[in-house]
Amino acid sequence: MPLLDRTGLKADDYTRDDPAAPAIIIPLASLDEALSNRAQGQRIGIDVPNTAVPYDLPTQAGIDLIAIAFPKFGDGRGFSIGHALREQGFTGTLRVWGALLPDQFAFALQCGFDEVEIDADRLARQPIEQWLAALGDVTLSYQESTDGTPSIFDRRTAAR
Amino acid sequence: MYRYDEFDETIVRQRAAQFRGQVERRIDGSLTEEEFTPLRLMNGLYLQLHAYMLRVAVPYGTLDSKQLRQLGLIAEKYDRGYGHFTTRQNIQYNWPVLKDVPDILDLLADVEMHAIQTSGNCIRNVTADHFAGVAADEVEDPRPTAELVRQWSTLHPEFAFLPRKFKIAVTGAPDDRAAIAVHDIGLQILRNDAGDIGYRVLVGGGMGRTPFIGKTVRQFLPKAELLGYLESILRVYNLEGRRDNKYKARVKILVHETGTEEFIAKVEAEYARSPKPSVQADPAEVERIAAYFAPPEYDTLPAASEAFEQARAADPAFELFAATNLFPHKIPGYTALTVSMKPVGAPPGDASAKQMYRLADIAERWSLDELRITHVQNVVLPHVRLDDVHAVWSALVEAGLETPNAGLITDIIACPGMDYCKLATARSIPIAEAISTRFADPVRQRDIGPLGIKISGCINACGHHHVGAIGILGLEKGGVENYQITLGGEPGTDASLGERLGAGIDGDAIPGAIERIVDTYLDLRSDADEPFIATVRRVGLEPFKPALVAPGVNVSGESANAPA
Repeated sequence: MPLLDRTGLKADDYTRDDPAAPAIIIPLASLDEALSNRAQGQRIGIDVPNTAVPYDLPTQAGIDLIAIAFPKFGDGRGFSIGHALREQGFTGTLRVWGALLPDQFAFALQCGFDEVEIDADRLARQPIEQWLAALGDVTLSYQESTDGTPSIFDRRTAAR
Repeated sequence: MYRYDEFDETIVRQRAAQFRGQVERRIDGSLTEEEFTPLRLMNGLYLQLHAYMLRVAVPYGTLDSKQLRQLGLIAEKYDRGYGHFTTRQNIQYNWPVLKDVPDILDLLADVEMHAIQTSGNCIRNVTADHFAGVAADEVEDPRPTAELVRQWSTLHPEFAFLPRKFKIAVTGAPDDRAAIAVHDIGLQILRNDAGDIGYRVLVGGGMGRTPFIGKTVRQFLPKAELLGYLESILRVYNLEGRRDNKYKARVKILVHETGTEEFIAKVEAEYARSPKPSVQADPAEVERIAAYFAPPEYDTLPAASEAFEQARAADPAFELFAATNLFPHKIPGYTALTVSMKPVGAPPGDASAKQMYRLADIAERWSLDELRITHVQNVVLPHVRLDDVHAVWSALVEAGLETPNAGLITDIIACPGMDYCKLATARSIPIAEAISTRFADPVRQRDIGPLGIKISGCINACGHHHVGAIGILGLEKGGVENYQITLGGEPGTDASLGERLGAGIDGDAIPGAIERIVDTYLDLRSDADEPFIATVRRVGLEPFKPALVAPGVNVSGESANAPA
């Protein structure tokens, strides 16, 4: 499925199909097995449903990617999970997987996500130009971002 | 009043432009109607029975004359010459056209206003005591807190797609005029024993089909900890609130099903774990916001006004107004004046463009350029010199806005009902009009005393019937409108939910039934100073039950010649 980040479309190094590939995404339940069979240099990501408790998720070094499912764009649990994972110190790649709208892209990035995996139909209807343009819609935020972009409150303090 | 800095201004401008783009993408098919719906809702745009409805935020109900004039202009240009003040201190327009909405948002931005988060499953426009900065019992003005919460909640990336809508109200006084106990979060500013300012935090109040009084989750939250604590509550709700059934998705259901103690434990665990809130307002910033709400330049005046007293003595109509529609101001020689938007026989809360212009002129001349919208759908002129009350009243008479009924039986809250709303199962506005016509005599209203009637046209309870001293709920039964009456609700301090008096009755029978309930109260009250709600609490519902049915008539309806 197409993958994009704040700079545009990108190749997806990860696969869900071949457990021996250099970069794999596997269900959370298969993590222990994958870690014990890990090939030299293999990157491992996990798929996580948005019903997960973020504080119970494995965030240790060695987990390269966490993909949070967004089953419906109106279901915002994933935003809290992503934000909580960053607060807990997860430094790997955070991926949205599923139904996100271009208009929610900036929210996802602010909550600590790096990339978005959507289906091809959505990309056909909402081409990459719309995703990138949506990031420029609102350029300021009252809230701090996990990526360190200054908030309006930071800017006010700096101007004081 | 708060004034936007360049950052506030940029956000609101960009948000309006963003919505323009979203409308274009809806029209070119990039966005499906299903996808567009939450986006337009987050900008206050509903699809109603006949047309779109646009709800404009009036943060904590505060307006200046320039803003009200702009609201009048929008009513004139893009609506049918009217606006409607809502129970959350906002204003809504019932007839805008989709293609005009971006232009309306631009006009709002010109006067530091917007429609951000007046709808949708997000943190809604925050409300506060409409007598903020006026009331003598205030511990601290709630508006700086409300403004801080407005900024914190605006486009909050984590909480824009919650299980359901989320409403926050703030009171700075022990006498709660902001109905904090029936909000998702209610905040009461208070002092602890050490004299520090903080908040009592209530969670899980609400009305709708399952009403609850909010539970206290923190008796005293230090002031500086507010935003972090709010984020912890919101995160627990966002992660755990039910999403399987929209009628069980509000935080009140989560608190109820989890249990208050367990819910508090979850919030406290979350709070202990969170490194810091996403918004850290340092003391200088809190001070900067608070400075905008510093008291205006009052004149030094004697506590009593001779001119005012003479006018009262000379004119019974003015005396009635002065006795009913004034609220004591903490500054000697001033008063807060309620302009009732409930004239007899008209829809509660409606204001014509002309009336908005007149109110703007009056506020500019006589109320230090300030107005408040109340959650009872009225307008307050917060800073009127007693010397000027007669002049203000005369100007209100000219505008047809002098109804002397603030807090009385005809000061009715009603939702739009089946006349406008697609959810409604019964009419509300015509019921309100019929009651206010029945009790039109202002002297009789004074004699009855404070009595809040609240009418909802369906179980979603937008007319707040659960907290009406008399609540009326319109339902549909076998294709016919049917109304249930509840007694004993109270939105403020010592909040309570009304209890059903008996079987539902026809709409035509309502004015008669209300009249018999009131007569029963007049018979039972210990003296003229015992208000309706106190009598109901003292004697219970039983003595009122016979009042539901007209004498000599069976339950199915009131006969045409029943005593009025």
